[in-house]
Amino acid sequence: MPQPPVNPSSAALESEMEGDHSLWRDAWRRLQKNNLAVLGLIFLSVLGLASLLAPWIAPNSYEAQNLALGATGPSFNHWLGTDALGRDLLSRILYGGRVSIAAGLCATAVSLTIGVLYGTISGFVGGRLDVVMMRLVDILYSLPFPIFVILLMVFTKDLGDAVENRLAEWLGVRMDIGKSWSLILLFLAIGAVEWLTMARIVRGQVMSLKKQEFVEAARALGLRRRRIIVRHMIPNVFGIVVVYATLIVPSVMLLEAFLSFLGFGVQPPMSSWGTLINDGASKMEEHWWLLVFPGIAFAATLFSLNFVGDGLRDAVDVRASKD
Amino acid sequence: MLRFIVRRLVEMVPVLFIVITATFFMMKVAPGGPLDNEKATTKEIRERLEEYYGLNKPILQQYVKFLKGLSRGELGPSFKYQGWNVDELIADAFPVSLELACYALAFALTAGLLAGIIASLKPNSLRDYIPMAIATFGICLPTFVTGPLLILCFGILLGWYNSSGWFFASDRVLPAITLGFYYVAHIARLARGGMLEVLGQDFIRTARAKGASEGRVVLKHALRGGLLSVVSFLGPAITGLVTGSLVVETIFQIPGLGRFFVKAGLNRDYTMLMGTVLFYAFLIMVMNLIVDIIQVWLNPRLRFD
Repeated sequence: MPQPPVNPSSAALESEMEGDHSLWRDAWRRLQKNNLAVLGLIFLSVLGLASLLAPWIAPNSYEAQNLALGATGPSFNHWLGTDALGRDLLSRILYGGRVSIAAGLCATAVSLTIGVLYGTISGFVGGRLDVVMMRLVDILYSLPFPIFVILLMVFTKDLGDAVENRLAEWLGVRMDIGKSWSLILLFLAIGAVEWLTMARIVRGQVMSLKKQEFVEAARALGLRRRRIIVRHMIPNVFGIVVVYATLIVPSVMLLEAFLSFLGFGVQPPMSSWGTLINDGASKMEEHWWLLVFPGIAFAATLFSLNFVGDGLRDAVDVRASKD
Repeated sequence: MLRFIVRRLVEMVPVLFIVITATFFMMKVAPGGPLDNEKATTKEIRERLEEYYGLNKPILQQYVKFLKGLSRGELGPSFKYQGWNVDELIADAFPVSLELACYALAFALTAGLLAGIIASLKPNSLRDYIPMAIATFGICLPTFVTGPLLILCFGILLGWYNSSGWFFASDRVLPAITLGFYYVAHIARLARGGMLEVLGQDFIRTARAKGASEGRVVLKHALRGGLLSVVSFLGPAITGLVTGSLVVETIFQIPGLGRFFVKAGLNRDYTMLMGTVLFYAFLIMVMNLIVDIIQVWLNPRLRFD
C-alpha cells in the first residue's frame, strides 16, 4: 500500500520531476512504518554512541578496581552495581559494547569481501566453475565452523605468545602485541566463516543481472570481464548486500560472545559481553545483577539488530518479505 | 537414490581428508606440547615421553602413523589425561552429549511443530501472534543467556531443579530446554510458513470439498508438504546442537563431550582438541547426509537434481 504523501499534489509532482523514487528513499519510507525496526534503530544508536564514547562518558574505567568496595548491587554511585573486584558494571558493559561493535564491523567487512567476491565470480562465470564453487559452499555449510574457530584461536594464541616471547628475547623489551593480535585474529576468523550465505545471495543476484541488457551492452563494447564485474556487477548488487550485511552483524556478535563466554575470545581484564555474562553466570547466586544486566544488554542488542535487519530486508527487497 | 548416497559419500572423503590434514599440521606447527608443562624433566624422561607420543620421528612418518591409527578409529594418547587415548575419552563422554541432544531435539520438535501448526491454522489471530512472538524472542536469545537465567529462575529462586550436575532424571530438564529453545523458535517459524503455503493450495481445498475432516486435512494432506522446510533445517540444527552443547555442558557442568572439548581448548590438550574436532566434523557430515536422505525420501522431486 503506497503511503499517502503529506501534500499529495506537490509531492507527487516533485517526485515525478526529479525521478525521486530511488530504492533507498522508498525503503526508508517503508522502514519508518515498521515500529519494531524504528525502536531497534533508536536503541542501537543510543547504546552504540554510549559505547563508542565510553572512554569519555563511562563513569569508570573498565579495569579500575575498588577491592574495599567489592560486589555491590545497583546504587546511586554505581547504577548497575559492581563486580567482585569493585569494578563498575555499567562501565564494563559500555566497554564490552566497543568490542562487540568492533567485532560486528570488522568481521562483517571480512565476510562481505569474501562473500561478494566469491558470489560474483561464481554467478558471473557460471557453468562448471559455478557448480563446483556452489557445491563447495554446500559442503562448507555442513562443517562445524564455530568449533574450527575455537581450534584456530587456541593454536594462534599460542603461536602469538611464542612470537612475542621470541621478540622479547631479541629486543630485550616486551612488546604487548599479543592481546591486539588475538583480537584482530578473532575478528578475522569470525568473518572468514560467516560469508557463505552472502555468497549465495550475491550469486543469485548476479545470475539475474547477467542477463540484462546493460551487461550485454558492456560486453558488446568489448569490456573485459574484470571491468564488467567491478564496474557493473558489484555496484548493482550493492543494495541487497548492504541489507544482508545488517543480518550478518548479529550473528557475528553472537559468535564473538560465544567464544568469549567459553574463554577463547577476548581475554581479561578486557571486557566483552560474552566474558561479562560468563562472569555473571558463575556468581549469580550471590550477585544476580552481574548476570542480568549484561544479559539484558546483549539480548536487547541482538533483538534490535534482528528487527532492524529484518525490517530493512522487507523494506528494500519487497519480494523476500515473509507476508 | 543409491547413486545419490554413493555420490555424497565419495564427496565426503576429500573433505574429511583435508580437515584431517589441516588439523594435523596445525597441531605440529603450534608451539607447546605435552612436554612443555612437565616440570624438571630429565633427558631420559623426555625421550621416553617423546617416544610415547611418537614425537621423535620425522613429521611425515608421524602423519602416516596418525592416518593409519585413524583408519582403525584410534586418535592417539591425550596430552593431559595421561594414560587415556582420545578415542576412549570420546567414547566415554559422547553418549552423555548424545542423550542431551536427543532430549533437546525432541523438545524442540514437539514444542516447535505444535506451536507452528497451531499458528498456521488461524493466521493473524491471537493464536498466531502469541507463539510467533515467543519464537522471535527465542531466536534472538543465545544459550549462554537463557541457560544461566533459567538456573537463576528455576534452580536458585524457585528451587525446583538442581542448578548443575547430571545425576538425576530431573537434571535433564533445564539443559534440554536451554539447548532446545532456539530450535523451538526456528522450527515453529518454519512449520508455520510451510503449513501456510501448503494449506493455500488447491489439493487442500479439494480434500475439504470432499468432506475430509479438518484433522485429516491437516495431518494427512498438509503435514508432509508443510514440514519439508523443517526437515531441511535439521542439518544446520545438528551443527547448532553440537556447538550449543559446548555452552550448555559448560553452564550445567555436564560431563559430555562438549565440556571435554572446551576444557581441552583451555588446557591446551592438543591431541584431545584435534581428535574431538575430527570426530565432530565426521559426525556432522554423516548426520547431514542422513538428513538429506530423509529429505529426498519426503520430496521425490529432489531426486532429479
